Amino acid sequence: MREAVFDTVVVGGGAAGLAASKIIAERGYRVALVERENRLGGILNQCIHNGFGLHYFKEELTGPEYAQRFIETTAGTPNIEVFLETTVMDVKTSRADNNNSGKGSTNSPGTKEVFCYSSRYGVLKIITKTIVLAMGSRERNRGNIGIPGTRPAGIFTAGLAQRFVNIEGYSPGENVVIIGSGDIGLIMARRMTLIGARVLAVIEIQPYPSGLTRNIVQCLRDFDIPLHLSHIVSRIYGRDRVEAVDVTPVRNGKPEMEETFKIKCDTLLLSVGLVPENELSKKFGVKINPETGGAVVDAHMMTSVDGVFSCGNVLHIHDLVDYVSEESIAAASFACDYMEERGKWPAAEQFPTVASSNIKYVIPNSYDPEINNRFFFRPMIVKNNAKLCIRMENEDKEQKTLLEKRLLHVQPSEMVSVNIKSERIKEFLRDGEENRLVFSIQ
Amino acid sequence: MKNKVLDVAIIGAGVTGASIARKLSAYKLDIALIEKETDVAFGVSKANSGIIHAGFHHPPVTLKSKLEIMGNSMFDQLNRELHFPFKRCGIIVAAMSVEEMKTIQELYQRGVNNGVIGIELCNRSRMLELEPNLNSDVTGGLYAPTGGIIEPYRFVFSLVESARKNGVNIITNFEVVDKRETNNTYTLISSTGESIKARYVINASGLYADKISELFGAKKFKITPRKGEYYLLDKSSSYRPSRVIFPVPTKISKGILVVPTVEGTTLIGPTAENINDREDFSTSIENFEKIFYATRRLVPAISERDIITSFAGVRPAAEGGDFIIESYPDVPKFINAAGIQSPGLTASPAIAEYVKDLLKKQGCRLVEKPDYDPYLDETVKLREMDHSSADQLFQKDPRYGNIICRCENVSEAEIVHAIHQGHTTLDGIKFYTRAQMGRCQGGFCSYKIIKIIHRETGLPFEKITKRGRESYILKGSIEDDWKGVVEVTNTSLQGGTTRDMQTGSPDNNAQSAGGNEGNT
Amino acid sequence: MSSRSNKSLICISCPIGCHLTVEYDKDNLREENIKISGNKCSRGITYGREEVLAPKRTVTATVSIASEIQRRLPVKTTKHIDKVLIFELLDNLYSLKVKPPVNIGERLIENFKGTGVDVVATMKLDR
Repeated sequence: MREAVFDTVVVGGGAAGLAASKIIAERGYRVALVERENRLGGILNQCIHNGFGLHYFKEELTGPEYAQRFIETTAGTPNIEVFLETTVMDVKTSRADNNNSGKGSTNSPGTKEVFCYSSRYGVLKIITKTIVLAMGSRERNRGNIGIPGTRPAGIFTAGLAQRFVNIEGYSPGENVVIIGSGDIGLIMARRMTLIGARVLAVIEIQPYPSGLTRNIVQCLRDFDIPLHLSHIVSRIYGRDRVEAVDVTPVRNGKPEMEETFKIKCDTLLLSVGLVPENELSKKFGVKINPETGGAVVDAHMMTSVDGVFSCGNVLHIHDLVDYVSEESIAAASFACDYMEERGKWPAAEQFPTVASSNIKYVIPNSYDPEINNRFFFRPMIVKNNAKLCIRMENEDKEQKTLLEKRLLHVQPSEMVSVNIKSERIKEFLRDGEENRLVFSIQ
Repeated sequence: MKNKVLDVAIIGAGVTGASIARKLSAYKLDIALIEKETDVAFGVSKANSGIIHAGFHHPPVTLKSKLEIMGNSMFDQLNRELHFPFKRCGIIVAAMSVEEMKTIQELYQRGVNNGVIGIELCNRSRMLELEPNLNSDVTGGLYAPTGGIIEPYRFVFSLVESARKNGVNIITNFEVVDKRETNNTYTLISSTGESIKARYVINASGLYADKISELFGAKKFKITPRKGEYYLLDKSSSYRPSRVIFPVPTKISKGILVVPTVEGTTLIGPTAENINDREDFSTSIENFEKIFYATRRLVPAISERDIITSFAGVRPAAEGGDFIIESYPDVPKFINAAGIQSPGLTASPAIAEYVKDLLKKQGCRLVEKPDYDPYLDETVKLREMDHSSADQLFQKDPRYGNIICRCENVSEAEIVHAIHQGHTTLDGIKFYTRAQMGRCQGGFCSYKIIKIIHRETGLPFEKITKRGRESYILKGSIEDDWKGVVEVTNTSLQGGTTRDMQTGSPDNNAQSAGGNEGNT
Repeated sequence: MSSRSNKSLICISCPIGCHLTVEYDKDNLREENIKISGNKCSRGITYGREEVLAPKRTVTATVSIASEIQRRLPVKTTKHIDKVLIFELLDNLYSLKVKPPVNIGERLIENFKGTGVDVVATMKLDR
C-alpha cells in the first residue's frame, strides 16, 4: 500500500474542490486533490450552456469555461497534486477528532488517514491534517419520487441525459417529457430541442417553477414548451421502452385523478432535485443536518469532525456555481487558519444560527462573533418585497432585531446571502447567554 | 447445435430450470438450457422476496411442503459449492392479537409435524428480544431459525455458471413457439425460426408453463399470473430488522413481509393480486399505500423517505395451489415442472432431484460424469474486502481499482467479469454485480457501464439495452438524429473558417468513441 | 390614434429576473417608442427593447470532434444572435467536425451570415 503525506486532502475536483485547492495551495500548504473522474471540473464539463461566472468573474461563461479558469490556476501549482480516476473509499480519524463515534484508528490526535482506490495508484493511504469535503451531489431519481407504473428503458435523470448528449454525443430519445422544473431539467428541455427532439411538456408538482426564472424564459418560453405547474406524472407506461405517461393536476395537495390526461412519449427526464452526496462523510461520523442533507458546519465551515471542512453542493444545494466557488474559498481559508493556529483554534466561542419563519435552512449552523460572518439561507416562499429579519434571541426568548432588510423578490429556487459584521454582532451579544441568531422572512 | 440431437432440453432459465440443468450436468448428458429472454433469471426469479422458507406454511400432504423442507436443508452445501449471497437469518411471524396467536399455534404445530428444526413459540418479550424494532403491540409469535434470505437472481446466475462449467449449453433469446416430433426426437422451434433437437424436454417455463404443456399435448392446467409489488429501502435505514418478519398468514397469501436483504437493504412487500397480463410489472399508488400500511404494522419506523426503488414480480400460480411436477404416460419423454411459486426458490434444489428421478423413470440413462465439478470460484467482491487485500488485488488486476459504481463500490473488473459471463444488458449487470442498484440507481455509473459493454462486446451504444428485446437505452448518435444536416465544406461557410475542419461522418465518430475507450 | 400594445416579459440579463412590462406601438416600432417598466437596472431596458425589436440569444451547442476524451466539443456564439437564425446556425454546427487540439475561444465559424457573430470552442481538448 502506497503512503503519502499532505497538509490537506480535497475530496472532489469539481467547482468546490478546485476553488478550495487553489486557496490552500496559495497559502503554502500541500494539497492532494482527489477526483474520481478522468479529469477535473466535475459536472461543469457537461454544463455547456452559459450563465456561469456573472458574480465571480463578472462575465458570462459556459460551464467548461468556468471550470477551465480554475483548472489552469490549479494545474500549474506545485503545491497541488491531482489524483485522477481515484476514489476516496474511507477516512479514519483519531478518537480525539470525533465526538460522535468511537470509530477510528489509534494514530496521533489530529491526523487523518484517507484511503483512496485507483487503477493507477492501487490503494493509496494519504496521511493529512485537514480534509475538505467537496463531493458534490447526486440527482434524486425515479425510485425516490415513487412514480407508479412500469419500469421501461427511457427514464433518465436530467444530468445523466445531459452527459449522454453533451459528452458522449448520444440522444436519449425523440419525444420527451420532463418531470420537475429544476434548472437541469429546464436546460435539458432546450438542449433536447436543439438536437432535434420534441419536448412535449415539463411537469412540476409545485405551483411555481423550481428553476431560475431566466431558465424558464430561455429554455421553455423560447421554444413554446408547455410548463404544467401543480401537476404530477401519475403513471408510466411501456414494457421495453417508455410509451406514455399519465399527467394529473394537483389541487390542495391532492391529485385530481379524473382530470388525468395521457402524453405519448418515449423518454422521461427527471429533474426533481439534488441530494448532497455524503455517504463518505457519514462513514466517519460527520454529523448531518436533516434540512440540507449536508454536514452541520460551524462558523468556520468545519464539520463535527475536527479538521474536516465542507463546501459546495455536498454541504447544501446551490443554484449558482459562483456561490459554490465563494463558499469553497471561505472554507479553504478557514482550513488554512486551522492549520496555522492549531491547538489554540478556534479562539472565540460560537453561537447557533436558527432558520425560523419561511426559511428552510441557514448555513453555517453557527456564527463566530470575532469575524465578519456571511450567511446563506434558502427561502421557502415566493414573495415580492419580502422582509428579512435577523434577531438575537436569548434563553428568556427575548428577541432583539439585529438586522432588517428588504428583499425585492424571494423564491425557493434562489438562495439568499447576507453579511453581518463582527462589530454589529458584538453589540447584541450577552455574556453567559445562548445568543441564538434567528433568521426569518415575512 | 442445429443438427445435433441433444439428450435434454430444459425450457426456462429461471431458478427451476437452472437447478435442473445444474443437477443433470453431473451426468453424461448433452443438455441445453433455453431462455426466451436476453439473460437468465429475467422472469419470475428476478423479482420475488428472496426467502429460504423454514417449512411451516404448508400442510405436509402437499408436494410443496415436502420439497420445501428438503430444499431448505440443501442450501448450506449448495452455498459451499456456489458462493451465492445467502444467510440463515431466521424467520419470525408476528401476531398482533390473541386471535392471531391461534393461527400461530397452528403454524407451530404444522412446523413441528413438517420437521422444522429449532422452531419455537414466542411470547411478547421474546419477540421484542429477537427483533427490537418490532411493533411493541406484538402479542407473540413464531420463530424459525432455519429460515433465511438469498439473492434469487444471483443464486440462478451461480447455478447457470456451474451448469455451463459442466457442459450445459445456455441458449438465450430463444422463445419456444412450436415443436415437431420425429423418431423419438423433439424439435423445438423458436419465434425466429431457429430449432433445437432433444430426446427429452423439461418444461420449467414459469408463467408460460401451461402453454408449453399444451403445446406438448400434456396435462391441461391454467397458470394464473399473481402480481406482487415491492419497495426497496436504503441501507442506512435504522429500523432494518435482522430477521425476516412475516405477518400472520391469511388463506390466500403469506402476507406482506419485511425482509432484511443479504446486501443490507430492506425489502418490503409483496402484494398478491391475480392479473390477466403475464407481463404486467407495473406498480400502483394503492399498493404503495397498502405495503407501507401493512409493514408499518409490523415495524412502525418504516419510512417512505428511504425508498430506493420499487418493482413488481409475477408468480405463476397453478390451479390447486400445489406444484405440478410430473410426467405423463401418453406424452413420453416430457416432464412438467410448473406452478413453481412460493416456496419455489426454497424447493428448487429438491425439485431438481425430483425431476432427475422422473427423468430416470422415463428411461433416460444417468451415468455420472467422472469430471463433474460442483465447485465454482468465489466471485471477487471489492466491497467486502479490507484495504490491504484490495491493494494486493489491484497489483494483479488494476481494473479492480477503478470504481465504477460509487454507491455499491463495484469495480470495472467486476463489471467486465459479468459481461464475460454473458450478462450484457444494464439489468443483467446490475443483478450480477449490484452496480446501479444503490441509491443513485445508475445516475452516475450507467454511462460508464454502457461504455464498458461497448468495449467488451463491440455492441454499438444504441444497441445496448436495459433488459433485452426493444429496451434500448439510447436513440442513436446526435449526428444521425439531427434531421436538418447540411453537408458543408469550409468554403460554403459564411466568411470561411479559421481552422481545419471536415464534414462529419458516422464512421469517424465510431472511431473516436473507440479511441476514447482505448484510453481508459 | 396609434395602436399601443403591452407585453409582459421576464428579464433574463441576470438571475434576478425582473418582471418587465413593455409598452410599444405595433405600427410604429421604434426604439424611442418602447416604454419599459419594472426593471431594476438599465439592462432591463436594453433587454425589453431587444425582445420587441429583434429577440436575440446566445447559442450554446456542441460539434463533432475526433477527440480521445469526448465525442462532442462544446461551442458558443460570441454574441447574441437573432432568434430566427438559431436553427440555421445549428444546421451549420452539426455538420462540422473538429480535430484536436482545440482551445477555449478558438473560432470555428466567423461572422455567421454577416451578423458579426462568431462561434467559438468553449472547452480545451488537447487530444
